[in-house]
Amino acid sequence: MQLQLRDIGHAYGALPVLDGVSMTVEAGEILGIIGPSGCGKSTLLAIAGGLLKPSRGSVSTTGVPPAGCLNALTYVFQDFALLPWRTVEGNVRLGLEPHGLSAADMRGRVELVLAQTKLGDFRAAFPRQLSGGMRQRVGIARALAVRPAVLLMDEPLSALDAQTRLLLMDEFATLFATSNTTVIYVTHNLSEAARLCHRVIALSRRPGRVKEIVGIGEADDISLVEALLWSIIRDEAAAADRELIDAR
Amino acid sequence: MRDDLTAPVVAAHPVGMRASGFQPRFIGVLGLVSFVGIIAAIEVLARSGTIGPLSFPAPSAIGQALYQLAISEQLAKHLGASLSRLAVGWSAGVTAGIIAGIAIGTWTGARSIGLPWVAAISSIPKIALLPMFIIWFGIGEGSKIATIAFGTFFPTVVNTYGGVDDVSRTLIRMGQSFGLSKWAILRKIVFPGALPAILSAFRISATVGIILLVAAEMVSAEYGIGAYVLQQQSLFQLDRLMAGVVVLMILGLMIYGLIALLERWLLRWR
Ligand SMILES: Nc1ncnc2c1ncn2[C@@H]1O[C@H](COP(=O)(O)OP(=O)(O)O)[C@@H](O)[C@H]1O
Ligand SMILES: [Mg+2]
Repeated sequence: MQLQLRDIGHAYGALPVLDGVSMTVEAGEILGIIGPSGCGKSTLLAIAGGLLKPSRGSVSTTGVPPAGCLNALTYVFQDFALLPWRTVEGNVRLGLEPHGLSAADMRGRVELVLAQTKLGDFRAAFPRQLSGGMRQRVGIARALAVRPAVLLMDEPLSALDAQTRLLLMDEFATLFATSNTTVIYVTHNLSEAARLCHRVIALSRRPGRVKEIVGIGEADDISLVEALLWSIIRDEAAAADRELIDAR
Repeated sequence: MRDDLTAPVVAAHPVGMRASGFQPRFIGVLGLVSFVGIIAAIEVLARSGTIGPLSFPAPSAIGQALYQLAISEQLAKHLGASLSRLAVGWSAGVTAGIIAGIAIGTWTGARSIGLPWVAAISSIPKIALLPMFIIWFGIGEGSKIATIAFGTFFPTVVNTYGGVDDVSRTLIRMGQSFGLSKWAILRKIVFPGALPAILSAFRISATVGIILLVAAEMVSAEYGIGAYVLQQQSLFQLDRLMAGVVVLMILGLMIYGLIALLERWLLRWR
């Protein structure tokens, strides 16, 4: 399945946040979105996932979602968004519950994603008992269980410490390579973008516009890509840093 | 940089630790000792005549009266009447309060209309409405139950909608992003998220309920702990009067204990 965003503009009240952003996410692609903080990345992802109605522009999909897909556009949240009163397994089941699956299908999906995310031994644990890295694995497992057509990840590693981030980045790379998912990966971390993505869209400072699109080949040197991304984003970040966060 | 760390240094001053904070602990034995101590002291004062029998009865006399009350069928009658009023009034008030609180917490219409009313009516001492309820529902059970229900409704509403307001918006968006229906979000996210606040409302409303119960029973009732206490006052039976008060105390403690058990079980994820 392919996801298209056409000429997306958005304003919160009088604050313009996005201005004419267009992009197409191809099936199987890992598309990165980078940009200075406050430039509208989360807003763009919410619009892409149908959680927020844009002030202008349109979002559409073409093609059919993969077999067994229950929720075509599925989120992974920065702060995990786990239900603290449910166990790991209960959290993973949440997204499956609205679909009236057979008990066997439900169990099959849960076991598969718990294995993929190495959570099998923690199925009965509550979120508060887990490290940040484990919590985000639950967030990933919950998203994978519905077999999404496009995985929408909003800074999924930003709430984690540096070492855990490296650890999960490796796991993401393996997961993306093996599960053939389509991903929009929003981050402000340039090494995540360089390491994980096939293509990176750099947004300007608020109101966000597409500033540049960088394709990343298998053979490219990651640190060079990272340096290139930084050279694109640097001036925007510096200018954004000198603006009021909230102009009200 | 010095590399000879064993060489004598000029007068070393150890750094004192000064950030231990306040660390109050609960020492159960101390609590028990103070309890027993004060009761013993009153006993001594009462027996020595320092406290006259018409001021405060000796704890042993209260105990005796309590025992007599317990073995006669009187306790069962009074306590039974009180508990059934409390149970019916409290359940009605709390159930309605939870529903109204969730509505105010999730729905603009209910919030806009409900909040001003809740604010206005919350500040009324609910017992002031008993005469009105007696006119509406009669002098019997109806008016007492209505007063308790009305009085427990408001603290429950306030706590519940506060609890709903505190449910993370991200969790609700998460539920929506997975295609959960509104009803499923209420049931699986909003209600469990507000449950800690609802359970703490149980505690507040139980206290309010007991106060209103006793007050209403003092106004008009044949049976009930409140009625019993008032009867003993008119007979100048201070030991029996205090026995009734002790029954209320035990009732309150038991309700608190039950709520604590319920919390430990329902909120074990915390
Ligand atoms: N619900 C909202 N209401 C008003 N302003 C918002 C809202 N959400 C985000 N904003 C503002 O919009 C801008 C873009 O936000 P966001 O999309 O979260 O940026 P990013 O994810 O790139 O940091 C920020 O300035 C933010 O303060
Ligand atoms: Mg963001």
